[in-house]
Amino acid sequence: MVEDRIEREIVVAAPRERVWEIITQAEHVGTWFGESAQVDLRPGGELVLRWEKYGSFYGSIEKIDEPNYLSYRWVPGIPDVKPTNENSTLVEFTLTPEGADTRVRVVETGFGRLPRNESERAEQFQDNTEGWTTKLHDLQQYAEKLPV
Amino acid sequence: MNARKGDVDEVLVALADPMRRRLLDALSAHPQATATALAEKLPVTRQAIVKHLTVLEQAGLVEARKHGREVQFAVRPERLESTAQWMRGVAAAWDHRLTAIKRLAEKPKTNKTERDHDRS
Repeated sequence: MVEDRIEREIVVAAPRERVWEIITQAEHVGTWFGESAQVDLRPGGELVLRWEKYGSFYGSIEKIDEPNYLSYRWVPGIPDVKPTNENSTLVEFTLTPEGADTRVRVVETGFGRLPRNESERAEQFQDNTEGWTTKLHDLQQYAEKLPV
Repeated sequence: MNARKGDVDEVLVALADPMRRRLLDALSAHPQATATALAEKLPVTRQAIVKHLTVLEQAGLVEARKHGREVQFAVRPERLESTAQWMRGVAAAWDHRLTAIKRLAEKPKTNKTERDHDRS
């Protein structure tokens, strides 16, 4: 059954504090999620993800519980738009220790709330979404080469 | 199958409601059910079922068929499949991001030697 929700997870062989740095610090976020990033790490703080080719995408931090939980709203696929409850999805990271490892779970919900019935915007959305998948392959390779 | 984004949006809006998802599940299990029959299986009124069915029908997820004096409903899997495909794309993007997080986290903290090694 299709749901209005994405849930993925991965186990990382690193302490939770290290993973927390990578999902919250701009210098790291700007490698795995964007070509550069700005993170104002406080509730209501702004998140900006930039790609030269696609523009700047905005998010707003909802909740921080270091080093367990981080959530933010963002507007996937549409550049230069600030998130509201009506135009954004909610991304939630949960970090759980497993021995010396850390389980990272990400849940993205609210796709049904994204802007719609505006064909131009919808087209743009699709273009960006498709572009992203390709872009993320590049990013992954880029991240591999980068020193931490 | 290529989904137009507009179609995907409609489907996702339709599916954002948990009762509509239960309704779709019920309809998958009992094809050709009427609104009355569905109301007996779910904890909502027939009137609410009809409203939800209208949303699902507009999203192309169910089809109404007249059968004598009854209206029967059936799931249309095509739209669900194209939406599922779109969602798989979003999920794949997260898999890539999580893999990148893993790589970064598992890499030893930088010192000059490692950096030189990484770039060689």
